Amino acid sequence: MIPSSFDYHAPDTLQDAVALLKEFGSDAKVLSGGQSLLPLLKLRLGFVTHLIDIGKIPNLEYIKEEDGFLKIGGATRESELERSDLIKSRYPIIYDTAIVIADPLVRNRATVGGNLAHGDPANDHPATMLALGAQVVVLGPNGERVIPITEFFTGIFTTALAHDEILIEIQVPIPAARSGGAYLKLERKVGDFATAATAVQLTLSAGGEIEKAGIGLTAAAPTLVDASAAAQSLVGKKPDDEVLDAAAAAAAEATSPSADRRGSVEYKKAMARVLTGRALRIAVQRAGVN
Amino acid sequence: MSTHKISVTINGTVHEAEVASRLLLVHLIRDDLRMTGTHIGCDTTHCGACTILLDGEPVKSCTVLAVQADGKEIMTIEGLAQNGELHPLQEGFWEEHGLQCGFCTPGMLITSYALLQRNPNPDEGDIRQAISGNLCRCTGYVNIIKSVQHAAAKMGE
Repeated sequence: MIPSSFDYHAPDTLQDAVALLKEFGSDAKVLSGGQSLLPLLKLRLGFVTHLIDIGKIPNLEYIKEEDGFLKIGGATRESELERSDLIKSRYPIIYDTAIVIADPLVRNRATVGGNLAHGDPANDHPATMLALGAQVVVLGPNGERVIPITEFFTGIFTTALAHDEILIEIQVPIPAARSGGAYLKLERKVGDFATAATAVQLTLSAGGEIEKAGIGLTAAAPTLVDASAAAQSLVGKKPDDEVLDAAAAAAAEATSPSADRRGSVEYKKAMARVLTGRALRIAVQRAGVN
Repeated sequence: MSTHKISVTINGTVHEAEVASRLLLVHLIRDDLRMTGTHIGCDTTHCGACTILLDGEPVKSCTVLAVQADGKEIMTIEGLAQNGELHPLQEGFWEEHGLQCGFCTPGMLITSYALLQRNPNPDEGDIRQAISGNLCRCTGYVNIIKSVQHAAAKMGE
């Protein structure tokens, strides 16, 4: 399959990329790893007149802790997350997420920024970044601005990015002591989108009560599901079975999945509850280890 | 629409080409440069028959634009055998019946080659994980895993 014709631009700097986006307006689209965009163009589900490839711009691929944040460059490959000792040891929820995205070959091209900016509610990073309370840095003609992840996803395949803005960095607040998180995904086979998936991040107090919680669910509605009521219900409580099961049920209640080949609405809600319950327990366990 | 002059090094040979923006890398390799060992299977980023190494990393060449490969090093299945001698992986697939119809084999070999570069002594789980983006509809994967282990043992000698 061959995409319809377009012009291709590979600017050397972010400033040039933004200028091209401004010049071409809604006729242009940013190409990062291309593992979602190129299939869409090939299937002719999407059309574009100008592709702005940010792949030749230096210094957009990094994973580092700085100024209280884990900072991930927008064009960082998923495979780099898998191979990063920092991610594996300090952010197991992000490692959990990276290793279930598509397949290893796709992850060698796919980027973290692209996974978010694509705005697909079935993509895996949005829920994880929500649970972690992340924010994204975007660059436009008037400079940088920071968007909390809770305000980033505005609808299906739609984000708060203006047409002339590029997602350049993801910032995750470095978790406090006694924090832990997990991402669990149910998929029919490697490479499939989630039937259901849940990201959970918790911080415990010295006394063992839950101090802070975030729960995000993938492929559970037309846009990312923020199960904030479920997360809030945990705060101030000891993570016993009753409390965790009630929160898992509340998280599932916050979803509105649609029936498809992956399952019925009832099945997906049930799986959201089960996965959230399991992820909560792993998160508690990991918080204890930290 | 725009065309671009690109230069790619494939299996050690530099190729210059003038490509349309929308030309896929797999079509540059197969149709323009006539290296047809790299296969097109699903054409939808699922099957991995079109796997090549792009700057040392296995990727699906049906989901990369040719113009994105400008200035990069590529290895295709044609680059695996050296001086008429089968690579230990190819020998392994032969000895252990790692293929039946052979359609997925170029991709399997390239992915396995990248795995052994990174991990010379993979266990079964490592191999299964590495080839999880390469679909085989014949073998059930068991003999492919034996083939890769055969190659790992041979290369470790």
